[in-house]
Amino acid sequence: MDFLRPASWEDALAAKAAHPTAVPIAGGTDVMVEINFDHRRPEYLLDLNRIGELREWEVGQDSVNLGASVPYTQIMDHLRAELPGLALAAHTVGSPQIRNRGSVGGNLGAASPAGDSHPALLSAGAEVEAQSVRGTRMIPVEEFYTGVKRNALEPDELIRAVHIKKADGPQQFSKVGTRNAMVIAVCAFGIALHPDTRTVKTGIGSAAPTPVRARAAEDFLNAALDEGGFWESGKIITPSIAKQFAELASGACNPIDDVRGTAKYRRHAVGIMARRTLGWTWEQYRGTGPALLEGAA
Amino acid sequence: MGVTGSPTDIHQSTASRTRGGIGASTPRPDGTLKVTGEFAYSSDMWHEDMLWGHTLRSTLAHAEIVSIDVSEALAQAGVHAVLTYDDLPTATRHYGLEIRDTPVLAEGRVRHHGEPVALVAADHPETARRAAAKIKVEYRELPLVTDEASATAPDAPVLHENRTDEHHRYVEHPNILHRQPIVRGDASAAAERADVIVRGEYHFGMQDQAFLGPESGLAVPAEDGGVDLYVATQWLHADLGQIAPVLGLPEEQVRMTLSGVGGAFGGREDLSMQIHACLLALHTGRPVKMVYNRFESFFGHVHRHPAKLWYEHGATKDGRLTHLKCRIVLDGGAYASSSPAVVGNASSLSVGPYAVDDVDIEAVALYTNNPPCGAMRGFGAVQACFAYEAQMDKLAAALSMDPVEFRRLNAMSQGTLLPTGQAVDSPAPVAELLRRVKAMPMPPEQQWLSAGSSGQEADVRDLPGGLSNTSHGEGVVRGVGYAVGIKNVGFSEGFDDYSTARVRMEVVAGEPVATVHTAMAEVGQGGVTVHAQIARTELGVDRVTIHPADTTVGSAGSSSASRQTYVTGGAIRHACEHVRERVLELGRTKLGSYHPAWATAELLLEGGKVVTESGEVLADLVDVLEEEAVEVELEWRHRPTEPFDRHTGQGRGHVQYAFAAHRAVVEVDTELGLVKVVELACAQDVGKALNPLSVLGQIQGGTTQGLGIAVMEEILVDPKTAKVRNPSFTDYLIPTILDTPTIPVDVLELADAHAPYGLRGVGEAPTLSSTPAVLAAVRAATGLELNRVPVRPEHLTGT
Repeated sequence: MDFLRPASWEDALAAKAAHPTAVPIAGGTDVMVEINFDHRRPEYLLDLNRIGELREWEVGQDSVNLGASVPYTQIMDHLRAELPGLALAAHTVGSPQIRNRGSVGGNLGAASPAGDSHPALLSAGAEVEAQSVRGTRMIPVEEFYTGVKRNALEPDELIRAVHIKKADGPQQFSKVGTRNAMVIAVCAFGIALHPDTRTVKTGIGSAAPTPVRARAAEDFLNAALDEGGFWESGKIITPSIAKQFAELASGACNPIDDVRGTAKYRRHAVGIMARRTLGWTWEQYRGTGPALLEGAA
Repeated sequence: MGVTGSPTDIHQSTASRTRGGIGASTPRPDGTLKVTGEFAYSSDMWHEDMLWGHTLRSTLAHAEIVSIDVSEALAQAGVHAVLTYDDLPTATRHYGLEIRDTPVLAEGRVRHHGEPVALVAADHPETARRAAAKIKVEYRELPLVTDEASATAPDAPVLHENRTDEHHRYVEHPNILHRQPIVRGDASAAAERADVIVRGEYHFGMQDQAFLGPESGLAVPAEDGGVDLYVATQWLHADLGQIAPVLGLPEEQVRMTLSGVGGAFGGREDLSMQIHACLLALHTGRPVKMVYNRFESFFGHVHRHPAKLWYEHGATKDGRLTHLKCRIVLDGGAYASSSPAVVGNASSLSVGPYAVDDVDIEAVALYTNNPPCGAMRGFGAVQACFAYEAQMDKLAAALSMDPVEFRRLNAMSQGTLLPTGQAVDSPAPVAELLRRVKAMPMPPEQQWLSAGSSGQEADVRDLPGGLSNTSHGEGVVRGVGYAVGIKNVGFSEGFDDYSTARVRMEVVAGEPVATVHTAMAEVGQGGVTVHAQIARTELGVDRVTIHPADTTVGSAGSSSASRQTYVTGGAIRHACEHVRERVLELGRTKLGSYHPAWATAELLLEGGKVVTESGEVLADLVDVLEEEAVEVELEWRHRPTEPFDRHTGQGRGHVQYAFAAHRAVVEVDTELGLVKVVELACAQDVGKALNPLSVLGQIQGGTTQGLGIAVMEEILVDPKTAKVRNPSFTDYLIPTILDTPTIPVDVLELADAHAPYGLRGVGEAPTLSSTPAVLAAVRAATGLELNRVPVRPEHLTGT
């Protein structure tokens, strides 16, 4: 195994073009486990740790440009206001040591359905900035996950950054594991209210071959909130709406039985998390949102 | 060139005089080193020119080995040796703690997933690993034996043909490793008197010891043709007795030294890499180091027996137990390990700490193709405690009685007969422990709420799900549960359970110094701390040197069965008494004429001086000893026990008992099936706390290990393939600090007059009652029956 250590992003792209089988490594929290377990023996490891700009982020007008290697700890410490859902998800990643090294870029590169950041990215809205010597393309995160541990990157592409929409409303993230910390998701759910567009977006983790949005649940909820004038009134969401939203979120799952849990439990738990996180975000919106809307009107 | 990271003497001293004796919480000499990461574990050793050993393990659970082709592996650059069964040097090719049925390397057949098949030595661990992958093993699959039905079916494949062990004549099928019935009184007649009868079937999952330092050691070939082995183990001499015959060496030529042990909990009683490293070292003439990674460690040691238990109890209207009928089936897996002794414990302690005169009990261990199971903290008493405590709650409910009062009414006390007919001849404060644990203050309701900027806020760390943020209080119901247990201390059933201590006293640099040399394995339990305390108390010195544990001194027995402070501590105390007598004789000879008290008074050693009982100083030890060293080595044993009768189970099988009670307070998210254990209060009788802080640590650790099996820990074995499904810490979960509750501890010290200082073994008892207490609390919160551990979200949500 050769260890490639490019000093600059341009060198990294050139190395990836020259060695398309090279596996990029930053924090190593996933890649090293795979290697140690002998699950993979890459010909080349492409070390991105010398490229400082990958660990930087920029808060723009509408979105955060999050460098691929920004560790979870930084997201928790500095981007809680802009990316509340992702910050909550970051809290649940591994241990403090893992959070100091692991990054969203790594989560996307691995594309495990159990990756903790995916539901938060899906619900917030995000695009993956993929680069190669051929140029740059922006991939909507919904289209990024193509299968179990597979993603939309071309062999010569690297993840430069993730552009995540800044929160325009309350966001929540919830994850079931059979331990109270440092646990891989049995299943997870992310939700973001978008008062600007009067929509709700969701993300489900670890309950289908890829991270998915619960689109039928979103469509139902968006219509129900719209019809009922909930965004304007800020009134409490009726239990029947919450229940149907939860059932549709459950229905969006396509889980398996494995050592971490049964398919039946995953469907059940996603429904519970959907109902609870909707309640939490809506309560928060009721406390702040409608007043702002009225003020704008 | 010596071994880097090899064990050195541990010097301990305290501030002044003879403080730091028994009863003091002297700090552990290894504590700071471990916390700062400087402690040398067995995996940290290094030797110039050393090679790395690697084990090729079976990929199937039951198969005939048709052929093994090592040529490609041998041809790889950097490889120095590849060994299979055919390369073993002598006719002794098996080992085992009780029955030598475990092949050093598979002989034509593998009986469980991960069984060692071949060994590789190479100049780099990765080279060894890759070479092992090039060994071609052709298997022919054999039908699997995975449970009692498949093990005892008429056409069941027999796992061990032509058994000659002491148990085979008493079992109905060769796949039954051992069976122990216990019959006393007339359970069926007594059942007639019962106003209520409750029955239950209980399942106990396979728990792993999950010690953090994986199996490792270093074997160094010696010029005399022997080998020096540095290894992390629980019992050097038991290892030695199994290793030497396989190597074809006399025991004197296999010199063993204990290396830094990263936890054990029973998982290091059986051999792992010991013989393999020695074989490779002797074959190559080079030092060989072997270190398992976590994945291999799951295959490298035995686990706690999974069990199925059927229980029937009866009670009268006024809450008195009438009888017990029970049957306990323990899955011993492919090889015997310590299964027979586990059966002895499970059967003889199946009643729990209760007085029941009429019993009909049977415990068996099976041979199957599942992973071998053996010793783990609690050793057979754990599984039984889970079942009988669930039964106690069912009985109390059936009688509409308070579960604690019902237990207290039936609690054993000093003089109660065990089902084996043996009277408990030391304090048995079972009712008192229950009273104390119930009397402790309860943690506040809704303890996750705290005052925040906008009123009360939920701290998710105090809720089920923790940082995963699954509940802010929704669906959360509190439950409270109680349990109590009994564990035997020391080796039982007639085992000659002794220890050896060598104690030396001499003047070093103008100060009297005691050196304690035993073969006791310090596995983290704090033995080295306590040994120094005993020497200080008995010899009146401040400075104590603990010599590294090795085989140049006699056996200390195993660091298990909660026995080391009792037995090796007892041996040290006894040796110290002899040293003291010799020192006093020396004093009388040299200085007797200076003071009449030398001849007439009871003399003590205190603060480095010889003093009379009234405190008058007769001499400095420095002046008594001068250039002389006084050294005593002796063996010490606890009172003998006897085997249980093969048919009735009667017999004085145990020597001492430990009792602990727990109250568990849990919050259950009843919708998601997640559990937060809020508090596990414990009351335990320890006879005498030699080191109160260490006692606290043992109780908190044992309690937490019991919590682990209650709610998360389980090795999952695929019933279709008998393969382990989760051999990693990603999917075998052990409690983190966020899963570990507050553990208030109430320590009783009721002396056992038969034991040194009145002490009782501490380490195991808290592991017993913790698990059923948590389950009782979860049942109270959910109203569910919950007859298996670990309890999973699926069980709590019906999914």
